[in-house]
Amino acid sequence: MGAILVCESVSVKYDTGFAVENVSFGIEAGDYLCIVGENGSGKTTLLKTIAGLICPAAGRVVLNGVRQNEVGYLPQQTPAQKDFPASVMEVVLSGRLGRGGRLPFYTKRDKALADGEISRLDIEGIKFDSYRSLSGGQQQRVLLARALCATDKLLLLDEPTSGLDPLIASELYRILENLNERGLTIIMVSHDVESAVRYGSKVLHMQTSKLFFGSQKDYAASDAGRRMLGNTAGGGAAYV
Amino acid sequence: MFELFRELFSYSFVNRALLVGILVALCAALLGVSLVLKRYSMIGDGLSHVGFGTLAVAMSLNLAPLQVSIPIVLLAAFLLLRISESSRIKGDAAIALISSSSLAVGVVVIAMTVGMNADVCNYMFGSILAMKRSDVYLSVSVAAIVLVLFIFFYNKIFAVTFDENFAKAGGMKTGVYNMLIAFLTALIIVVGMRIMGAMLISSLIIFPALTAMRVFNSFKRVAVCAALLSVFCFFIGIVFSFALDTPAGASVVLVNLAAFGIFFAIGRIRKLA
Repeated sequence: MGAILVCESVSVKYDTGFAVENVSFGIEAGDYLCIVGENGSGKTTLLKTIAGLICPAAGRVVLNGVRQNEVGYLPQQTPAQKDFPASVMEVVLSGRLGRGGRLPFYTKRDKALADGEISRLDIEGIKFDSYRSLSGGQQQRVLLARALCATDKLLLLDEPTSGLDPLIASELYRILENLNERGLTIIMVSHDVESAVRYGSKVLHMQTSKLFFGSQKDYAASDAGRRMLGNTAGGGAAYV
Repeated sequence: MFELFRELFSYSFVNRALLVGILVALCAALLGVSLVLKRYSMIGDGLSHVGFGTLAVAMSLNLAPLQVSIPIVLLAAFLLLRISESSRIKGDAAIALISSSSLAVGVVVIAMTVGMNADVCNYMFGSILAMKRSDVYLSVSVAAIVLVLFIFFYNKIFAVTFDENFAKAGGMKTGVYNMLIAFLTALIIVVGMRIMGAMLISSLIIFPALTAMRVFNSFKRVAVCAALLSVFCFFIGIVFSFALDTPAGASVVLVNLAAFGIFFAIGRIRKLA
């Protein structure tokens, strides 16, 4: 398996300065990359750049064997979505739109695929419920099903567990682990460093520029990793 | 009651107003579902004010009102969308600026043109008499185009409304669809403005969607309900306007308000039950 995604000295500039500066790395098909870092370290910006939402000021993102419309993306929720009248089926089906070409309506195949993802994520029971009536965990599953409708190759997730309680979050991590084992490449932005190291195979630690990139084992042993993980362990110890 | 309806339909100006108005109400409600959910309601309001300005200028220069207004309001739609998407300028403030400026231009032009003052109220709040025979053809074709495009791009409009970032990441040209929604809105506003009035046309966009959302939970149901409700309210409003000799636009808005109240109550009761 070759590199599925390569970032070549990617820089992204906002009005206030660089959000992402000169970041290079590459991942292979089947990898599970976690992008970690503090708030405002450019994690989400980098993910949006990979998703094609932001044009880098310098450098480039190269996808290998995946077309842009074969990328599944699970963005952070917008406030408008929380009160959006849409059924689960409508949301999941919209994942097929990027793949549908010029057809204005969904085909039978689109509907079958959406049904497949719905049953895979165990949300059949709420298929016709309204998105806005669901719990946070259910909403994330729906959005994940939608992303899976768009891809079977590369999945990008932006803080998928933020706002979820730990039990629901660990369920979501298990689902992702499962998907990864079946060959799906995953890139996840997370503030939850411990889980990132537990589930991910590779870690990218951002601080506007690249602070660390490598396997999760090397990260746990590195300075950056020890600081992040040590902090959480130290914080935990203080409560004991 | 029966007498009233027979009298109503015996006037050709009423038939014209009903024909154009019902199509406008239908299209405005459909577009409104997307605009309201995208938090773009202000664009509709801004466009109607620009429309008022162009209408006044066209009338004072003795030009055909629709033909002059449509291109200018389309241009305004392009600008307003750009402004509200740009993070640098404060979108709502910029839209308010454009709205009031256009309104001021319109009012000054009307004041300077002798013999037009009597019509100001009609421009502002709508008139059942507004539709001339020549306007009907253009209005009906514009409304038909809007309706067909909306249905054709329905799924994509849903995707862009629900989650623009996801749609864009999936390779959809979201900018094109945003522009399409803004352009269709501009067309409908220009066409509906003289019946509904420049101050009130945006309610035709906002009210039905908001009302339908009180009760219905899927995008399709909200869209269908908004469209039907909008047509119904428009019809009742015109009947009131005719029977009580009130401005058409204002009457339609009041009927919409009543519908909103009813749906709001139903939604609340349902939540409690």
